[in-house]
Amino acid sequence: MTSSARIRHLRKAYGEHLVFDDLDLDVARGERVAILGASGCGKSTLLRCIAGLERADAGTIATTGEIGVVFQEPRLFPWLTVERNVAFGARNAAERARVANVLALVGLSAAKARLPKELSGGMAQRAALARALVRDPQLLLLDEPFAALDALRRIELRAAVSEILEFTRASAILVTHDVEDALALADRVVVLAGAPAEIVFTGSVGEDATRGAILGALGVGEQVSVPPSRHRARTS
Amino acid sequence: MARFAFPGLLVALWAIATGSGWVKSYQFPSPHDVAIELQQLAISGALWRDLAISIARVAAGFAIALVLALVLGSLVGGSRAVERALDPTLQAIRAVPSLAWVPLILLWLGIGEAAKITLVAIGAFFPIYIALVAGIRGVDRKLVEVGTSFGLSRGALIVRVLVPATLPQLLVGARIGLTQAWLFLVAAELLAATSGIGFLLTDGQQTTRTDEILVAILLFAACGKLSETGMRALEKRLVGWTDTVPA
Repeated sequence: MTSSARIRHLRKAYGEHLVFDDLDLDVARGERVAILGASGCGKSTLLRCIAGLERADAGTIATTGEIGVVFQEPRLFPWLTVERNVAFGARNAAERARVANVLALVGLSAAKARLPKELSGGMAQRAALARALVRDPQLLLLDEPFAALDALRRIELRAAVSEILEFTRASAILVTHDVEDALALADRVVVLAGAPAEIVFTGSVGEDATRGAILGALGVGEQVSVPPSRHRARTS
Repeated sequence: MARFAFPGLLVALWAIATGSGWVKSYQFPSPHDVAIELQQLAISGALWRDLAISIARVAAGFAIALVLALVLGSLVGGSRAVERALDPTLQAIRAVPSLAWVPLILLWLGIGEAAKITLVAIGAFFPIYIALVAGIRGVDRKLVEVGTSFGLSRGALIVRVLVPATLPQLLVGARIGLTQAWLFLVAAELLAATSGIGFLLTDGQQTTRTDEILVAILLFAACGKLSETGMRALEKRLVGWTDTVPA
């Protein structure tokens, strides 16, 4: 099977703090991998290394095709309309021609002339998703893309992302601390823990990656289905 | 209409105070006398000549300040090394009261146009420079990162992310700079001028013509207000996308 991302012996440190040491991860073409872990465990750092926003200290990251990135916040350019934000990454006529399509895909065709300040949180995040799709990426990197949304918008956008991933057949790496996000969107779940972070669990959704198994790997009892970060805050 | 109510009230009080003889007309002429003086200056052409020359001085000084502030502000805002080298000196120059420059500028440049334009430029430069440096420093790093994630070059990042992100601050700086330009123009024209609105002030003082002085003051108020309004309109047009309450 051809891979979409292949990470070998990744090492990354911030000063004295070693985030990863010798981390390996593969994402097959078309595969959707959810990376779970407690806040600060390094899952976002991993995504930023893959996106080329952070430089790894050692190891290799090989990806094929375009990469699209969706951040935790929409990060829309406030001076551009929704349409122009989406077109931001377009480099040629073919990509510019995709703008209308991806706007329709995220359900924002009617709002294309609006400025970011005129959008709700959910709409803004949809626009950010459309912007990430404009180059027809083979790998979509999603860094807690639902974290800033309320429960209802979260469910809506999760469904939208799921449909889009089905439609585009892109591979995806979803960083989240929410087990429900992972179960709804991913084929495979990877749990990171420890310092330096290591993969402590990996399993396929629908097989061994059950809610119980994932929560167990996160060190959370099954009956308490809260994100691990909040769980920690309550007990400390 | 509310904006005209208060000035209207002031003029009415002014008319009552002078008309009743409560203030002496040679100390404070009536609105009518001032209007007559304004009309006479307009008919003689002196008003338009002085107005034009003052506007030209402000425009020239402001343009020089804008160019210098854009160059130096970009360098200082874009590089910590340049900031360490230049900024302390610029801040020290800024701390000098405007009038302290006058003797030096007169010695260097004489009493001609160059001296006046230089003084105006000094006044307009600092607000623009400071706003630009703060604007560049305040650009949301997360937006720059979006550009980086699309593989934008440094040049493309500057043009497509940094410049538009900095524009709101720059325009506020330019508006304040233009107000400063008018302030420094008064200083320049009061000291050594044979034309300009400031000259009307000194001329009125020397000939004890309070109506002429008041005409000059009203002209300064009108010019300052008009340039402020113009700059705000420009801000609204260019950076109406900002999600903040306008200052």
